[in-house]
Formats: sequence, structure tokens, C-alpha cells
Amino acid sequence: MGDQRRFQVWRGDAHGGNLVGFDVEVNEGEVVLDVIHRLQATQAPDLAVRWNCKAGKCGSCSAEINGRPRLMCMTRMSTLPPPLPVTVTPLRTFPVIRDLVTDVSYNYQKAREVRSFMPPKGVQPGEYRMQQMDVERSQEFRKCIECFLCQNTCHVIRDHEENKASFSGPRYLMRIAELDMHPLDAADEEGIDRKRAAQNEHGLGFCNVTKCCTEVCPEHIKITDNALIPMKERVADLRFDPLIRLFRRNRR
Amino acid sequence: MIEIERHDYDVVVIGAGGAGLRAAIEARELGKRTAVVCKSLFGKAHTVMAEGGIAASMGNVNSRDNWQVHFRDTMRGGKFLNNWRMAELHAKEAPQRVWELETYGALFDRTKDGKISQRNFGGHKYPRLAHVGDRTGLELIRTLQQKIVSLQQEDFAQYGDYEATLKVFAECTITDLLTADGAVAGAFGYWRETGRFIRFDAPAVVLATGGIGKAFKVTSNSWEYTGDGHALALRCGAALINMEFVQFHPTGMVWPPSVKGILVTESVRGDGGVLRNSENKRFMFDYIPEVFADQYATSEQEADRWYDDPDNNRRPPELLPRDEVARAINSEVKADRGSPHGGVFLDISTRLPAKVIMKRLPSMYHQFKELADVDITAEPMEVGPTCHYVMGGVEVDPDTAAASVRGLFAAGEVAGGMHGSNRLGGNSLSDLLVFGRRAGLGAAIYVDSLGGRRPSVREADVEAAAQRAISPFRTGTEDVDAENPYLLQQARPAGTARELREDVDAENPYLLQQELQQTMNDLVGIIRTAAEMELALKRLDELRRRAQHVAVEGHRQFNSGWHLALDLRNMLAVSECIARAALERTESRGGHTRDDYPVMDREWRHVLLVCTQHTTGADSSVHVGRKEQVPMRADLVDLFEHDELRKYFTAEELPGRTD
Repeated sequence: MGDQRRFQVWRGDAHGGNLVGFDVEVNEGEVVLDVIHRLQATQAPDLAVRWNCKAGKCGSCSAEINGRPRLMCMTRMSTLPPPLPVTVTPLRTFPVIRDLVTDVSYNYQKAREVRSFMPPKGVQPGEYRMQQMDVERSQEFRKCIECFLCQNTCHVIRDHEENKASFSGPRYLMRIAELDMHPLDAADEEGIDRKRAAQNEHGLGFCNVTKCCTEVCPEHIKITDNALIPMKERVADLRFDPLIRLFRRNRR
Repeated sequence: MIEIERHDYDVVVIGAGGAGLRAAIEARELGKRTAVVCKSLFGKAHTVMAEGGIAASMGNVNSRDNWQVHFRDTMRGGKFLNNWRMAELHAKEAPQRVWELETYGALFDRTKDGKISQRNFGGHKYPRLAHVGDRTGLELIRTLQQKIVSLQQEDFAQYGDYEATLKVFAECTITDLLTADGAVAGAFGYWRETGRFIRFDAPAVVLATGGIGKAFKVTSNSWEYTGDGHALALRCGAALINMEFVQFHPTGMVWPPSVKGILVTESVRGDGGVLRNSENKRFMFDYIPEVFADQYATSEQEADRWYDDPDNNRRPPELLPRDEVARAINSEVKADRGSPHGGVFLDISTRLPAKVIMKRLPSMYHQFKELADVDITAEPMEVGPTCHYVMGGVEVDPDTAAASVRGLFAAGEVAGGMHGSNRLGGNSLSDLLVFGRRAGLGAAIYVDSLGGRRPSVREADVEAAAQRAISPFRTGTEDVDAENPYLLQQARPAGTARELREDVDAENPYLLQQELQQTMNDLVGIIRTAAEMELALKRLDELRRRAQHVAVEGHRQFNSGWHLALDLRNMLAVSECIARAALERTESRGGHTRDDYPVMDREWRHVLLVCTQHTTGADSSVHVGRKEQVPMRADLVDLFEHDELRKYFTAEELPGRTD
């Protein structure tokens, strides 16, 4: 049988809530999500939590564990040594629905506002030819499991609800970079400038490259270095941006 | 009468994995107002967990590949029990479906000449799996998700509303299908977030709900896999076939206990990984079955040469179909030649340089590093069988994906027949695309055929569905709907449900699920016997009775206990189908292995077991009937050597073919 640990889980809804303490058994090799499931089965059957694959592939079980944005299924209990209690709270940037479940619809709205891939005209299915080295840049961004931890941690919107309307967040700025770097995306031919859209419609200028998004990415995608900064640099041709100038100077 | 949110659609697709999304895209492109209803957030469906790739005979790596070779491999993998027409359509259409994904924006790994790269996999003669590292499922789901978004952007441009003709109802669970005069009229469900009920009035429903793995304790499947579509189909009168065939993937993680069952992709073996026992022996050479004797290498030297020279050497036996490898691992562990935690060793570390492993198997590297503290570039993994896939499902017409109930369609894992008794790796993602599209097409044509005469939902059915959905709540603690506290009282006729609840011992849905999973794992698992399955049926009967007293606490807003209580009856229904069909089939074939009938029997190949559900009062039971397979079309029979067919077919089935 395993050891007993103290858990503090935020319980409540849109009207408010508080941390509730539980003493719960923990066994070798378990992750935080295992313990949350044990709480559901034994002490809190109606505890609300989102999860799906429990293998770090779907990005459903995002939460803040001892204040750090993490996937519950990929956070091993052995990395949270006693005697400190384990505190699990919902993502702070999104409105709480109930307990650990938040309303992440902001992300789906932003996803819709990014102009989709535009297939090259005149190239038939089966005739697409691309080199591995050319697809790899976008492939890195397509590793994204949409856990929204980067969105949650980004300080532009974390404590600034008012910025949500004009800022799409690292996940969707990265999506624009991904399409911009897609070898066969035909946006240019359609007269659409993805970089300009990133700047003017999705708030790229808000980002001041603190790399918080990169730090919390469970897929280890270099969001800032590989997606946001290159796009900022190219936008700088279109628009004066003192931050980029500073960044360039530092890099020399 | 209670007020319930109501929506009218032409086509309602239940499930937002590969099959559901492809079906929705097709129906929408044919001008049908389409709803996609899914239990999770959009983009989280189980398809995301597929790792290895999509099988399609594009011939990009070996130009000898074509649909006939793929068809043959698929039939062999399924031990010729497959619905041959489905296998034919699948093999023929898979390449188009993969190429189409590129027009949606997918980025597969490439060959040197810029085409889609293809990798080796168990049971596939040539490198055939289009892939993106070991996260192909993620690429598939994201690509289809983004195609849906692109269609919604078209609607926005045209109507000023993203959801004018195609809407995703995420975190919404369908609990009942509504029929009228034997035809689909709609569907009933609830929003997980609020617990409020929702009804769809629609003449066509496409089931794309995936599988049933959560009925087993050790599984690679996510919580969603509770057999919802299988059970919805049964309850509205459709038939399930092949339910005895459950695939145990040979390589799941075995340690630590909390991750037991999580998938270790077959690509590890496709890319050179080998299986060893505690005596450091590559034991698969001892397990090549007679039917495959001439297709697999008999020495390590030949097997190792095959990776570079596949034309002059036979394949390594680690790449036998999944059922064979899973049974072999099971036997090694039983013979005390297993690894410390009850599996065997899967080693890639001595076979490929660390850099190549990191490139080709990045998710596997992270999975083992982060969950088990194992560095797969330096040491072997411990693996064992895990419940992965159900070959059985709704009996459908191969061309239209139509079930026997008018207006009901099924595609993907929830449909039966395509994979016969055992599915080849990589054939699932292609199945989703090929039959997802056909289901969307079939539904659209059916809706057109109705003209204006659509079946109408009966209000009494809606009220009955609401009753059933709310029944797990106990009195006293229950169901105060935040916005409408009177909803419950209105939904429940005074007296009835309330009194029932008070005088019985309440059952905990979590504990019932655990008992069910243990029962299926222990008694209807990878190796089966009549005595154990009879015991399983007794226990299932008992569990079903106890499930009628399941009770949940709290209110309806995102209440996991309530959700599970409702999923439980689906798991119980499919578990009973599996156990009854497995008891009936007195042979061993593919994903059905009987210790008491260990041999494959030609007389069983042409027989399908068909499950239907019969309801009397509050209880319902599963009936298993038999049905003859449609004989394979002559031109398809001719694709095989006579000597091979004789291993599977009876003499009477091979007319005009003499020795």
C-alpha cells in the first residue's frame, strides 16, 4: 500500500470556491491525475476534471499544480516530494466552470479567426512535393497538443482580460507562423499576408518575448524562438518595433 | 412537458475522431446541415493517440505496392473473416484519402524525392504507412479539425455565421437515439458542462464513437471508449457483428502500475526494434504460425538483412500480425521467461543510434522518460499486451455505411466487418477516412431520398430518455440545476423514481466500473475458456442488476460520477456481446483465442455471429445469432494462390479450383 499525501484541490464554480483538503493514498509511479481519479472514486465522486488519454497526447488535463501550469497526466508524484501538500487549481486565465474545469472557448474562437491553409491552385491531390527539411519547421509547431498551457501562462492575457479581444495568444500566433512556413500554402497568391495579419489582427506586437509559453510547453516546442521571434523579425520590415531592435542588438 | 434545447439538422454525426470529422466534412460539402456531437473538447478524440501511421498503397517507397497487395495483407491479417467488399474499398480508396489530407494542410514526413514517406508495419508486405514521426493520429485529427474550421470560415463569409451549416457540439453526450416507425428521427443527450438536456431532430445519424476498451482493466484506450455507439445501435434495433474479436496490442507499458496499458507504438518494431525474453532470446522465431510459415524469416541474420534488402529476405517475425505477437508475449510470460514486471523486453537501443531513435520515435522517448524513468535510447522497454481495439461493431452496408435501421450509419471502429478477426496496424486511420467519407456520403444521399418526408420525434420518447438520464440521482442530495431548480421535479413523475431510490443500497459507479473491468480482463481477455466466460456472464448479469441501483451525488453540472453512471450501461451491453459471442465461437482466430478450442476451424470462417438486444420490461438481454458470410467475388479470390486459400476456406467454398 502507498503513502498518504495531503492534497488541496480547488472546488467551486463561477460564483466562487476554495481549496478543499484531502488525505489520499499515493502509490509508486503515480501521476497527479491518478490521485485525482482516486479522489473521485473514494472521496469526491462529483469532482469535475477534464482528461482523455492519460498519456500526454491529447492535452485535456491541464491545471496548475503547486502554481505551475502542467498536464496532470504527465506530472509524476515523485517530482512533488513531501511534506508539502500538493495543490491543484484550475487554469487561471480562463473562466471556471466547475472545480478543475475551465471554459476554454476563447481558444476555439481564436482558432477560427486564423485564415485556414490555402491549397496551391493547379496542384492535384497526390502531386504535392515537399522536401523534409522544408516541412520540418512547420512540423515542429504541429506537435502542439492544444493543452492551452501557453495561452494560460502568457502574461498578456493571464491577468488582463481586456487584452483577449485583440490578442490570439502564443498558440494561434504559432499557428500563423506554421502556415506562413508551410512550403505550399498559397496565401500570397490569394493576396493574404499572414505576417501582417499576425501583427494587425492577432496582436503579435503584444508579445515581448519573455518565453513563458516555451517554458510550460509539454511538447517542448520552441514557441518563442522558432515561431514568434522569426515572425516578429519579418514584421519589423513592415512596421517599426523597438523591441525587435533591442533583441537584434542583444543578439549581435 | 419539460423544456429541452432543440436543434434541427440534416445529419448528426456522433463522435469527432477521424471517422466522424471526415463524415461531417463530406455531408457538409454535399450541402447538408451537419452537427458533430462529441463527449470531449473538439480535437481531443481518441484518434489523437494513434501513433504509427495511415496504411495506403501509394507505393512511394516500394513501387511494387498497389491496392491488390494491400487487400491481400488485410484479408490475411483478419484471417479471411473480413467483409471482403469493405477490405476492397478500403485498399482502393486509402491513397486518395491520404492525398486529400495534404490539400487540407497536413504535413507528412517526406521521401527524398519529396513524396509522402511510408514505413514498415506488422502484416504489411511493403512500407505502406504514411506518418509524422510517431504522432500520426495527432496530425490526422488536427488536419481534419482545421478543415472543419475552414468550412466554417466559408460559411462565415457567406452567411456571417461560422456555424450556419456545420456546428460542433463539444462536451455533449448522446444517451439515446430516437426512432419513429423503425427509422432514425433524432438523438437525445446532455451537455456535460451544465447537465442540461439537448435534443436533435435529424433523419440521419452517423455513429463514429470509436471503441469499447474501457470495459477492460488494462487498455490503451481513453475514458471515452465506453462503447456508446455500439450500445446506441443495439438499443435502437441494429445488429453488431464480430464482437468476439478484441485486439490486444502486443506492446503496452507494464510499469509503473498507473500507466499499465499505455500504448508503445508498433513503429518501434517496424523501425527495427526486437522482442527478447529474460534469457535474452528473440523468441518470436518460435511463434511463426503455419499459415505464415513461408512469409517470415527463420533466422536472426535473415531478419536483420530484410531491413535493407526486403526483396531477397523475409520479414522479421516481430512484424507478424498483432494477435500472433500478443499471444507469443503472453506465452513467454506464462512460461516464466518474462521481464521483472510481468512483460517482455522490447529493445531499440541496441538496434539504432540514439539520434535516429529520437527523430523517429520522439513521443516514445518522452513517454518512457517521463512516466517510467526509462531511456529507450540506452535500455530496453518492458512491454505486454493491452486491450487496444474492437474489430466487432455495427453491421453496415460496405458501400454506404448504412446500418439495418433506416437513417443510421456507422464508420470507423464502431463499425464491424472491415478488419475481420484482427486489424493490421495502420489500417485503422485509413478505415476512418475511407468509411467516414462513405458514411457522410451515404447519409447525404439518404436524406435526399426522403424528400420532405422526415420521421418525427415522438415527445414521449424524449421524456422517457430524460427519465433514464436522470435516474442515477439520489433523493435529497441531487440535481439542483443552477439556472432552473425546477427542472428535476418536472422531469420526474411524482413518486416513481424517488421511491425506488430510497429503499435500495446505492451503488457507486466507479466501483461498478472497476469490477466490470476486472471481470472482462480476467475472464474474457486474451486467452479464453468456456468455464471462465460462463462465469463472466454470471457476473455481468449481477453487475447489470446492481447498475440499476447506481446512485450519484451532487448536481448535474460537470458531474463525472453521473457521466460514468450513464456510460456504464453501454459498457455492460457491449461486454455482454463480447462474452456471449466469444462463448459461442468454438475456435481460435485473430483476436479470439480459446484455450479449449485452440485451432482455427474452416467451418467457422464463413460464419458471422450477430448480436441483437431484446428488451423485456426494465431488463434487456443480448441474443447471438448466426449468419453466413457473402462469398468472396471471383476476381478477388483470384488474387490469392490456391494453396494459401486452402488454409482458410473449405473445399466447397473453392469451386472450380482443383488441386
